[in-house]
Amino acid sequence: MNLGPHAAFIIAAYAAAIAVVIGLIAWVIADHAAQRRLLADLEARGVTRRAEKEAA
Amino acid sequence: MALIDLANPTRFLALTARILPWLAIATAIVFAIGLYLAWFAPDDYQQGATVKIMFIHVPNAWLAMAVWSVMTVASIGTLVWRHPLADVAAKAAAPIGAAFTFLALVTGSLWGRPMWGTYWVWDARLTSVLVLFLMYLGVMALWRTVDDPSRAGRAAAILTLVGAINLPIIKFSVDWWNTLHQPASVFRPGGPTIAPSILTPLLVMALAFLLLFVTLHLAAMRNEILRRRVRTMWLMQAHAAS
Repeated sequence: MNLGPHAAFIIAAYAAAIAVVIGLIAWVIADHAAQRRLLADLEARGVTRRAEKEAA
Repeated sequence: MALIDLANPTRFLALTARILPWLAIATAIVFAIGLYLAWFAPDDYQQGATVKIMFIHVPNAWLAMAVWSVMTVASIGTLVWRHPLADVAAKAAAPIGAAFTFLALVTGSLWGRPMWGTYWVWDARLTSVLVLFLMYLGVMALWRTVDDPSRAGRAAAILTLVGAINLPIIKFSVDWWNTLHQPASVFRPGGPTIAPSILTPLLVMALAFLLLFVTLHLAAMRNEILRRRVRTMWLMQAHAAS
C-alpha cells in the first residue's frame, strides 16, 4: 500500500496510538497483579476486613 | 440482578470477573475489523492517505470529552449521594481519559503538520482540548495529594464539575470562533458530510475505542476497589498493633 508523501506522519500517529493503548493495558494488568499480591500478603498474615469477619 | 445490586463493590467485582474477558475479546475483534476497514479505506480526494489519521484522531477526541462526561456524572454521584462506587468510577476513568486526550492532541498534531503546515496553533479548539488534558492531570494530581479516598473524592468531584464547563467550549469552539480546526462533520444538523466509504471505518474504530474504554474502565475500577481494601486492611492492622 502506498501511503503517499506523508507516510511518516501516518505511521507515527498509529505508532503513538499503539504505544499508548499497550501502555494502558499494561498499567491495568500490572496494577491488578500488585493489588492481588498485597491482599494475599495481608491475608497470609491473618488480616481480614470487617465485612469478611461478619460474613464468617 | 437489579441495577442497584451492582452498587455493592463485592457484587461489582464478581460481575467484572465474569464480563471482562468477553469485553476484551469483543474489543479485539472490533479493533481488527476497524483497522482492516481503515487500512483499505479510499484516500481522501484532497488529503490523500493522511485521512487514515482521522480513524484514530477523531475517536480519541470524542472519548476525551466522553470520559470527562462520565467523570462528571460520577462526581454528581459522589457529592449528592456519596455513592461508594461513584468516586471509584471517577478516579479510575481519569488516567484513561488523559491518555485518550493525549492521543487526540498528538495525532491531531501529526495530521495538522502535512495538512495545515504546522503542528500547533493556539486556536480555540486546540487550546480548549489542551486545557482538558491539563484538567485530567490536575484531577489525577489531586487524588494523589489527599490520603483519605473519600476526602480526595469530594475535592476531585468539585474540580471535575468545574472542568465540565470546558466541554461545551470544546464542542462549539469551531462555531463560536474562527479556528484553523474544521467544524463538526459527523454529529451535526443535516447529518454527516463524510462519504460512507470513510465514515464506516471511522464509526467502527470509534466503537472499538469505546469498547476499549469500557473494558479498561471496569478493570481500573476493580483495581481501585482492591486498592481500598488493601488500605482498609493496613489501617486495621496498624490499629490492632497500637
